[in-house]
Amino acid sequence: MMNRKVHVQAIINGEEVEFLCEPRQSLLEVLRETLGLTGTKEGCNNGNCGACNVILDGALVNSCLVLAVEVSGRAVTTIEGIATARGLHPLQEKFIAHAALQCGFCTPGFIVAAKALLDQNPNPSESEARQWLAGNLCRCTGYDRIVRAVMDAAQAQEKLL
Amino acid sequence: MRAFDYVSADSVKEVVGLLASSNGGAFVLSGGTDLLVQLRENRRKAELLIDVKNIPELTAIHFDPQSGLRLGAAASCFAICQDRFVLENYPGLVDAIKLIGGVQIQSRASVGGNLCNASPAADSIPALIVHHATCSIANRDGTREIPVERFCTAPGRNAMERGEFLLAVNVPASPANFGAHYLRFIPRNEMDIAVVGAGAAIALDDTKQRILSARIALGAVAPTPLFVEEAGAFLAGREITAETIQEAARIAQAAARPISDLRGTAEHRKHLCAVLTRRALEKAIERAKG
Repeated sequence: MMNRKVHVQAIINGEEVEFLCEPRQSLLEVLRETLGLTGTKEGCNNGNCGACNVILDGALVNSCLVLAVEVSGRAVTTIEGIATARGLHPLQEKFIAHAALQCGFCTPGFIVAAKALLDQNPNPSESEARQWLAGNLCRCTGYDRIVRAVMDAAQAQEKLL
Repeated sequence: MRAFDYVSADSVKEVVGLLASSNGGAFVLSGGTDLLVQLRENRRKAELLIDVKNIPELTAIHFDPQSGLRLGAAASCFAICQDRFVLENYPGLVDAIKLIGGVQIQSRASVGGNLCNASPAADSIPALIVHHATCSIANRDGTREIPVERFCTAPGRNAMERGEFLLAVNVPASPANFGAHYLRFIPRNEMDIAVVGAGAAIALDDTKQRILSARIALGAVAPTPLFVEEAGAFLAGREITAETIQEAARIAQAAARPISDLRGTAEHRKHLCAVLTRRALEKAIERAKG
């Protein structure tokens, strides 16, 4: 009974997706292992680092702390869903422009987290941005370039609107 | 994680039924930010997780000027801290809830879960205690209410019997000239567990010079969040002076029974109790004066 797989239907990056999973499997595990969406990273696997961030029905979450069965009927955006057909998202452009990464392992989580920030606060102060990103860990950059990239992306986005 | 079954419940009745038919291996899943970590680390063993987030009552945040605030036990910290009525009427509660993890944790973690997890260092609990909050617990007979200060019984343990689960947290409407504050000491800027936490709430008379009633509670200085009733009783009826506040802080400090662990020594915690209680009181008074 307990190993029986459950059928789940969800919207992932705008597309309807169906998969089978065990109730014990995290969303992170299913994204990476079942759906091949390996842009979402496994860092700590206990909710500390933010590397596995995805947007679930508009809310920023750690996908390691969400069961895959919980996303039934809901919408998930992963790092793979941030760029559009027209090209990279301004956040992605600015992360490149500011060299806001070194090893890059935390980057998908940061970009997804920053996307969730700009979705609800398009013009954050630096302090608001730093507070919002406090749940994402980076061991390389010292955060400064990341914050600059996010602030610059917010400005670039403002100009587009 | 070891295998378990999962049910998304539609009603309180269904949860009660599922809990009744389990032999103790069923757990209520709200945000999962504690539970899933504990399961993954094999600190708990579950046969069934009962997801309660799809029951509207469990995620509702309802404010009424007369009866006060009712927080569904699974309402996320993020949703609570975005609620206009909560921000307006319970800034002392928001102080504490905002401190529970980053945005990612806030989106999932609930105040109800913070209570059920019963950590001695839980930030929301001292704040709830000073606000006179109560827990609504569902069981086969209906619901029962207990004050938050009686909810935690030991580290990781709470007053609920097998077959019961937390439905909501109720925070009464605040009296006139009321103010509250919660703060904690951590060695970093953010994202840490309290070395000591202190909550204070105060109601002043119409002159705003005299204290009508006060409540003080501390976190991380005893096996459970500590309600220091005697510190509030000392303040009741007194004029606001630096000496009065200092004496209340000393009483709170005397009540604390901290241990030394990786976050701090007992001696450091004792010292912090007085400092944080004084600061919590000063800010609560400032808010009460408006």
